[in-house]
Amino acid sequence: MSNFLYPPRASTYAGEVDALMNFINYLSIFFWVLITGLILYFAWRYRKGNHQAAPSHNTALEITWTVIPTILVVAIFVWGFKSFMVLSRAPGDAMEIHVTGQKWSWSFEYPEHGVRTMNELVVPANQPVKLIMNSSDVIHSFWIPSFRNKMDVLPGRTTTLWFEATEEGDYRFYCTEYCGDAHWNMKGDVKVVSAEAFHEWVEENSKEDTTTPLPELGAKLFQSKACFTCHTTDGTSSIGPTLKGVFGHDVELADGKSVLADEDYLRESILQPGAKIVKGFAPAMPSYQGQLSEREINGLIEYIKSLK
Amino acid sequence: MSTAPDIATQAPSFPKEHYLNASKGFKSWALTVDHKRIGLMYLVSVLTFFLVGGLFALLVRLELLAPGGMFEQKTYNQLFTLHGVVMVFLFIIPSIPAALGNFFLPLQLGAKDVAFPKMNLFSFYIYAVGAIVAIVAMVTGAVDTGWTFYTPYSLTTNTGVVLTVFAAFILGFSSILTGVNFIVTIHKLRPPGMTWFRLPLFAWSLYATSVIQLLSTPVLAITLLLLIAERLFGVGVFDPALGGDPVLFQHFFWFYSHPAVYIMIVPAFGIISELIATFSRREVFGYKFVALSSVAIAIIGFFVWGHHMFVSGQSEFAGMVFSFLTFFVAIPTAVKIFNWTATLYKGDIQLRTPMIYAIMFLIQFTIGGLTGLPLGALGTNVALHDTYYVVAHFHYVMMGGTVFAFIGGLHYWWPKITGRMYSEKSANIGAFLLFIGFNVTFFTQFLLGFKGMPRRYFDYDPEFSGLHAFSSVGSWILGVGFLVTLYCFIQSLRKGEVASSNPWGGTTLEWTTQSPPIAHNFIDTPTVSTGPYDHSEVPAATGRAA
Repeated sequence: MSNFLYPPRASTYAGEVDALMNFINYLSIFFWVLITGLILYFAWRYRKGNHQAAPSHNTALEITWTVIPTILVVAIFVWGFKSFMVLSRAPGDAMEIHVTGQKWSWSFEYPEHGVRTMNELVVPANQPVKLIMNSSDVIHSFWIPSFRNKMDVLPGRTTTLWFEATEEGDYRFYCTEYCGDAHWNMKGDVKVVSAEAFHEWVEENSKEDTTTPLPELGAKLFQSKACFTCHTTDGTSSIGPTLKGVFGHDVELADGKSVLADEDYLRESILQPGAKIVKGFAPAMPSYQGQLSEREINGLIEYIKSLK
Repeated sequence: MSTAPDIATQAPSFPKEHYLNASKGFKSWALTVDHKRIGLMYLVSVLTFFLVGGLFALLVRLELLAPGGMFEQKTYNQLFTLHGVVMVFLFIIPSIPAALGNFFLPLQLGAKDVAFPKMNLFSFYIYAVGAIVAIVAMVTGAVDTGWTFYTPYSLTTNTGVVLTVFAAFILGFSSILTGVNFIVTIHKLRPPGMTWFRLPLFAWSLYATSVIQLLSTPVLAITLLLLIAERLFGVGVFDPALGGDPVLFQHFFWFYSHPAVYIMIVPAFGIISELIATFSRREVFGYKFVALSSVAIAIIGFFVWGHHMFVSGQSEFAGMVFSFLTFFVAIPTAVKIFNWTATLYKGDIQLRTPMIYAIMFLIQFTIGGLTGLPLGALGTNVALHDTYYVVAHFHYVMMGGTVFAFIGGLHYWWPKITGRMYSEKSANIGAFLLFIGFNVTFFTQFLLGFKGMPRRYFDYDPEFSGLHAFSSVGSWILGVGFLVTLYCFIQSLRKGEVASSNPWGGTTLEWTTQSPPIAHNFIDTPTVSTGPYDHSEVPAATGRAA
């Protein structure tokens, strides 16, 4: 049942969750077929005119069909609780990664390695990983279907989720607590790689990129920081204003003033998005203060300048 | 029951005097205290909102027919929210109790009316005001929070949260007053000889439902008021930015909304018991258990709210306790299904339209119940929480269960309400289409959930497109099924055969008075000397079989 019904199984505890799921599913199919079969058989066998005397209750029968389901559900409860404790308790040697959920993207920070990513979580296989999670706005929930684990991500409170990936590959993660307009787009991939590949990746990403030309760097950041979730580059409005043809033009603000979109305005809009709100849009953008290097900010500004 | 039934040997003629023509004009309806007229006004209202909520659902499924946008993402979020708000607060909670319950509880008790007829009318007006506020809220700033209004999102969105929540607050009072009215009615207005264990099971189920309405709805009212106070005056209760706790809102909300699930399903159990007893011509097997299990479900139902919150950050210990208790609310429900099945054994079964709905209910509700098992178990819940699996599960309970029972009950009592029969052929075509459409739409969603499709998603990854398309096609079959059923009822009103007082061979007291009943229900107060489902003195159904 598991292969065609469930997502690929890629964590140490996924097999245990699936085993319980299969047990419940087969049990449910058995009881459904039994009950439906009896109902349809009786409806046919005792159709009009076949009336016979029958008792209106039967204590032995009633006790039997109360006790058997009770035993079965207690077994399911115990099994479910056991597997839940496995899902909940991270081993002591887990690698810690900080996760921040915000409308509508995920950012990850590797405290031991000094690496930050957005909407992409890179982890080594066969190594327990513990996610330490917070939200900077509303409630989100972090879910990796292939790992069978999920946990809400709250503002003002820390929650954790751990896993040990067993198979290399890319696995989707989703936000599963409704959080507004682009909730559906608050997703990305967990990339499970070998230990060596992980180290190489850390090496490469902990150094600042000083070689890529600025507009190209900006274009890359536009994708990796998930700017595209709210801003288009083709002139259509989304959650935020389009970035096409913004530079060098006047922008009408919500307070009725207007401002020339120069380098300084773009920088301010990235670092303090609430300072000037474009007319017709909600102040929804999170601040990127401290999340971008000076060169990266310049890269984004040059990229936006190139969108004519 | 003891009162000799009126056996119609020739085609009956439509009664000259009945509740519909007892008085005339707008005022005679607007100021009526007749529970039957109030029930009928509720019926028309809830069916209207069912249509509205159904249109929202069709639009939701239209967006999901194929990947890529048809609406704006915000519009989609508003559509699924309005679908939920309308269906929960304006349709399903008042559906069976306020419409069919109002009409038939006093009739089943052989009473002239409910205990407080004026309060009954007042509760209808509260419902009407709540409905108007809800409509204003929809038009002026359709809410986009989901029907659950989770904080802090609901504190920050710029849509009409305050007005919508205020509408739900008002509607709650209508629910509370109806509950009080039914409890007092069942305690005080039973006829001579009708002991508690001679009470029809529909009345038992309304009793259990009323207790939940009375005890849980005030908690919702308080929660919604706190939400409004926080939004309007910045009182920090739920928003962590103001020192509040967003998970507290979830506890408050589910403390009402889990018992509310039983407000929605327990009256349906009552209808199914009536249908199965009448069309099997047998006493319901294990009557006392079926009666008391509704009360047991109502009580245990208050202690399981945390099973909506296993991944919310509540403690593992709390998760364990809520999971354990959840399984104990499953047992009385399972045993009810066994009792109904056993009632069919050696019965005299007539597959008339209401019975066909009852059988469909049993088949679908069993799926709804069994698919609750992996949601109640902690380890599997984590994988399925907030996916389409949950969407499918609660639609199997709420729609495959409650809505099918409601429509089945409407077919059962239609001759009593209107005095006319309907074409069982077209009614059965409608039932068949609803059955196919419902299962195509929602069984598919179990598979989507297993495969990893999160709920409340405006768009989806390509691997889900086949199943989503299939589900959307099912929603169109459902739509056609409802149109056929509506056509069948309209045709019945226009030219349906005149109904006798007891067309199905029912044994409860509503079948001992004429169809439609006179304004005061009974000429003489009935007396009762047997249980509610004694078929020995009542002839089998008249009229053509299906």
